[in-house]
Amino acid sequence: MAKFAKKRGKSKPEVSTASLPDIIFMLLFFFMVVTVLRDAELMVKVSTPYASELTKLEEKSLVNYLYIGRPTQKYQSTYGTKPRLQLGDKFATISDIPLFLEKHKIKVPEARHGQITSSLRVDGEVTMGIVTDVKTQLRKSGQLKVNYSAKKDPNAKE
Amino acid sequence: MAKTSTRDRMSNEINAGSMADIAFLLLIFFLVTTTIVEDKGITVKLPPWSEEEPDITKLKKRNVFSVLVNAQDQLLVRGEPTRVEELRERAKVFISNPYQDETMAEKPTKAIISLKNDRGTSYDAYLTVYNELKAAYSELWDELSQRKYGIPYSEDMPFAYKKAIREEIPFVLSEAEPTAFGEE
Repeated sequence: MAKFAKKRGKSKPEVSTASLPDIIFMLLFFFMVVTVLRDAELMVKVSTPYASELTKLEEKSLVNYLYIGRPTQKYQSTYGTKPRLQLGDKFATISDIPLFLEKHKIKVPEARHGQITSSLRVDGEVTMGIVTDVKTQLRKSGQLKVNYSAKKDPNAKE
Repeated sequence: MAKTSTRDRMSNEINAGSMADIAFLLLIFFLVTTTIVEDKGITVKLPPWSEEEPDITKLKKRNVFSVLVNAQDQLLVRGEPTRVEELRERAKVFISNPYQDETMAEKPTKAIISLKNDRGTSYDAYLTVYNELKAAYSELWDELSQRKYGIPYSEDMPFAYKKAIREEIPFVLSEAEPTAFGEE
């Protein structure tokens, strides 16, 4: 008994936790910077295909998103299962695209209008019909910079 | 006794022990809400809208590399059924034409890739084909860059080099209005 007590008394097994807040704050700041609060709830199922020739979209403020896919379970009773277009947080038709682009444009300084990119986030299973219609509408609206959103294939060989 | 108590009251130190807890709380909040966005994709420049279709029949047949994708996601490359895995290699041979074949592009600057799909083609198949064609070009750019400057082709190489390479092998891809046999 005495042996135990003696040993415990000699060594101080306490780790200083003074720097713990600093470490946590560091992590906190990292996540705060990285976080993008999702502005639109996805109402269509979008699982983008795999590709290898990817470019990164740099500035988020210069990008507008067009989602195309089948409505999720929740909306299938109202909107059916045909692929639909989602702009912002609601379902839209092809004819709503010009207004959507214009609304995004006014938030961007005029000098940078040429750098606006439209990111097409399209589900892999969707057929090209609706995608072509959207593309045609984008061309008619003069929005020519387009990015087909895709993922890097995790199994691809380099 | 009373003296100590006054001293206790006067010492104006804030207890920082709970700082970690507060930070933890915030940290967990951000951990949960974070979606590290992978905003990546294939960047494409669409042609401006015009009412009339460009006429590619005027071009020499040997310079056109036609790729058709039907509603069953099958590929027809220059009249032959092809697997998507072969597409990249065929496109590369066509563009660079290493053996000066009579049926292939006169030179890379004259090569045109014509891509046509159906309204019933799946987006997945379309993007795969597009990706392969783009990959064929980027492999050619890479080879040229290695040969000329000894560095691999990349987006942040000197602008003059990039321009020279892109001028020697320009990326010309024409997309025709899709057919509508397999619309769902």
